Amino acid sequence: MLDYAWIIPAIPVLSFFLILFFGKKMPKGGSEIGITALGATFVLACITAVQWFQRVENATGKGGGAALKAFGRGILPTVSEHEAIVRPVIHTITWWRNAGTLFTVGTRIDGLAVMMLFVVTLISLLVHIYSTAYMHDDVRYTYFYAALSLFTASMLTLVVASNTLQLLCGWELVGLCSFMLIGHWWEEKDNTNAALKAFLTTRTGDVGLMIGVIVTFFAAGQNFDIGVINSRALAGTGGHTIWLVGAVCLLIGIIGKSGQFPLHTWLPDAMAGPTPVSALIHAATMVVAGVYLGARLYGVFWQGFSIHAGGINLMAVVGGITILIGAALAFVQTDIKKVLAYSTISQLGYMVMGLGVGAWTGAVFHLFTHAFFKALLFLGAGSIAHSGSHHSFEMKKDMGGLRKPMPITFATFMVGSLALAGIFPLAGFWSKDEILATAGQNGFEIFVVVGLLGALMTAAYMTRCVYLTFFGEYRGHHHPHESPKAITGPLVVLAGFSIVAGLANADPFGIDKFKQYIEPRVAFPTDIFGVHFDTKLALLSVAVAGIAIVVAAIFWFERKQFGVKGLTERSGAAKAGHTFLVNKYYLDHLYTDVIVAGIKGPIARAAYWVNMKVIDGAVKGVGRGATGLGRVVYRYVDQGAVDGAVNGLARGADEAGGLLRPLQSGRLQQYALLLFGAVGLIALVIAIFG
Amino acid sequence: MILNQFLILAAVLFCIGVYGVLARRNGVLVLMSVELMLNAVNINLIAFSAYLRQSAGNVFALFVITIAAAEVGVGLAIVLLIYRNLRSPDLDRVEQLKG
Repeated sequence: MLDYAWIIPAIPVLSFFLILFFGKKMPKGGSEIGITALGATFVLACITAVQWFQRVENATGKGGGAALKAFGRGILPTVSEHEAIVRPVIHTITWWRNAGTLFTVGTRIDGLAVMMLFVVTLISLLVHIYSTAYMHDDVRYTYFYAALSLFTASMLTLVVASNTLQLLCGWELVGLCSFMLIGHWWEEKDNTNAALKAFLTTRTGDVGLMIGVIVTFFAAGQNFDIGVINSRALAGTGGHTIWLVGAVCLLIGIIGKSGQFPLHTWLPDAMAGPTPVSALIHAATMVVAGVYLGARLYGVFWQGFSIHAGGINLMAVVGGITILIGAALAFVQTDIKKVLAYSTISQLGYMVMGLGVGAWTGAVFHLFTHAFFKALLFLGAGSIAHSGSHHSFEMKKDMGGLRKPMPITFATFMVGSLALAGIFPLAGFWSKDEILATAGQNGFEIFVVVGLLGALMTAAYMTRCVYLTFFGEYRGHHHPHESPKAITGPLVVLAGFSIVAGLANADPFGIDKFKQYIEPRVAFPTDIFGVHFDTKLALLSVAVAGIAIVVAAIFWFERKQFGVKGLTERSGAAKAGHTFLVNKYYLDHLYTDVIVAGIKGPIARAAYWVNMKVIDGAVKGVGRGATGLGRVVYRYVDQGAVDGAVNGLARGADEAGGLLRPLQSGRLQQYALLLFGAVGLIALVIAIFG
Repeated sequence: MILNQFLILAAVLFCIGVYGVLARRNGVLVLMSVELMLNAVNINLIAFSAYLRQSAGNVFALFVITIAAAEVGVGLAIVLLIYRNLRSPDLDRVEQLKG
C-alpha cells in the first residue's frame, strides 16, 4: 500500500460520483456507498500504517539503528546515514512539462502522512455512520453524503500530496467542501452567511498560502517538491530573507485555515452546519489542514522564523494569542457548539504554538489526540441536540440535568472533556505536555506560561460546559432519551481512542512509538529531537487543570451559596469584560464595520465620483464627438459614396439584365444556333490568327 | 491512303447534322441530326486513327458510340414526354423557360 497510496484518496472520489449519480436510487439514499467506501479507505489506511511501521522497524534493525539513535540525540547525520534511515515513499507522475519546469502529481508517504491518513479516514468513517442517524430524513441526505465523500477525498489528497501545488489543490477543495457543508441548510440566510464567511475568510488566508507556494517555489530553485523545499530551506539556500518571506506567507495561510488569531472569526459561525460536519471540520479535515501544512513544510518555518534560536517568533506568538483569546471566548458562550468551536481555536493555537516553539512532535501529536476527543465532543453535542434538547444547542435554555437520561453520551462526553482539559492519563495530557516540555527546553519560557494559562482556562470552561449541559435541572420542554446506536457507537469508539491515544507517546512509561514512527528522518531539522518528559511541568499542568476544574465546579455548582450569581449585573468590571467577550473582542465589528464598510463607504464613494466625473466625462465627450462624426459620415460617405455606388451597381445590373433578356428565349434551337455560331466564330478567329 | 475524302465526307455529314439541328422542328429529327454529327466525328476519328496507325482514335470512336447510344436513350425519352405534354413533337413550342 505504501506504493499504491493514490488509491486511498481515489476511493472517496469514486464514491462521490457514485453517490451523486446513483445515490437517490439506492435504498438508503447513498449513505451505504459512502460508508462502504470510507470503510475500505480506512482499512487501506491501516494497512499503509502497518507497512510503514514495518519499514521503520526494518530500517532500524539493519544498521540504521545506530544512526537513528545518534539522530535521536540531536546529532546531524551525514548523507549516507540519511540513506540508511527510513525515507519517505514517493511516487510521482508528470502532469505537464513547461520549459524545463516539471509539474508532477504524486504521493509522499511518511510517518506524518500515515498518521493523518489514519485519523482522517477513522473520523470520517465514524462521522459517516453517525450521520445515518443524525441526518435521517434530511431533505438533501444524498447530497450530504456526496459532499462528505468529496470532503474526505480532498483532505486525503492534501495529506498524500508530494508537492506544494497538489497540496494547494487539496487545500482549496477542502475549503470548497466546507463551504458546501456549512451551508447545507441554506434555506436560512444565517447559514448561507456563515458558509460565505467561512469561505471568504479562509480565502483571505489562502492568498497568503498561494504567495507562499510561489515564494518557496522560487526559493527552492523552481521546485514544488516538498522534500526539496524542506531540505533547501534547512540548508538556507538563497539566503534567510526569502525563507522568512515564504514562512510568513505560509503562516497567513495557516492562520486562515486553522482559525488562528485574527482570522478565527469564521470558525464559530461555521457551527451553522450540521453537527457531524462540525466534528469533521474540527477534528479531521478542515482546520487541521493548516497545522498539517505547518508540519509538512516545517523546514521553511524552522529556517524562516529561526525557531532554533529560541526566544520569540511570529508563529509562536500567533499560536499563543490564539490559545488565550479562544479560551476566554469559550467562557461566555451559551451555545454548546460555540464553546467547542472556541475550544478548537484554542487547541489549534496550541498546535501552531507548538510548531512555533520547535515542538514538531508535540504539535503533530496534539493534532492526533485532539482529533479524537474533539470529534467525540462534537458528536456528543450532536447526540444531545438530537435526543436531548430537540435540535437546540442552547445550554442555558434547553439543556441541563441530562446525565440521567443520556448515560452513554454523558460518560463519553466526560471522557472527552477530561482529555481536553489534559487530565492524566487521557490523551490530551500527553500531547499538551509534550508541547509545553519542548517549549521549556527550547528556551521559549514565556510560551510555557501561556500554555499553562491556556490549560487552566480550558479546564474551567469545560467544567462550565459540562455543568450547564449535564447537571442541575432540565430546562428544556421535551423528553430527553438516549440516542440510537448509530450515534452512541462512534461516541464509544472515540472515547476509547481519547483514553488510549496518548499512550502512543508516553515517555515516562518508556513508550515512544509515536516519535519513532511518525517523526520524519529526511530533510528535517534534526536538533529538535531528544525532548525529555518533564515530570515537574506535567505535574504542574495537571495540578493547574485540576485546580481550575475544582474552582469552576465550586463556582458553578455552589454559585448561590457564594453569592456570585449575577456577578455581571453587579460588578461593572465584570460586566465590561463580559460584554467585551460576548462581542468577540469586536473583531467581527472591525471586519464588517471598519474594514468592509471603509472599503464600501469613502473608497466606493470616491470611486463613484471618479467614475461619474472623469470616466463618464471622457466617455461622454468621446460619444458626442463620435455622434458628430457619424452624422458627417452618414451624410456624405454613406449616403453619397457607398449608397451611390451600390445603387449604381444595382441599376447597371438591372439594365444589363434587361438588355440580355431577349437572349433567354427558352427556345432550344436558338440556343443551338448561338452555340454553333460561337463555335464558328472561334474557329474563324483561330483560322485567321492561329 | 487518302485522308481528304474521309474528312470531306465527315464535314459534309456534320454540316447536314448542324442544319438538321438548327432547322428541323420535329424533336425526333433533331435527335437524328445530332446522331449524324456524332458519326461525322467518328469518321474523323477513325480516319485519323488509320492514317496515323494509332489505336487511340478507335477507342475514342467506341466511347463516342456508347455515349451516343445513352444520349439517344435520354433524348428520346425527353421528346416522348414533350409529345405527351404538348400533343406535338414541335420544339418551337417548348419555350416555358423564356427569361
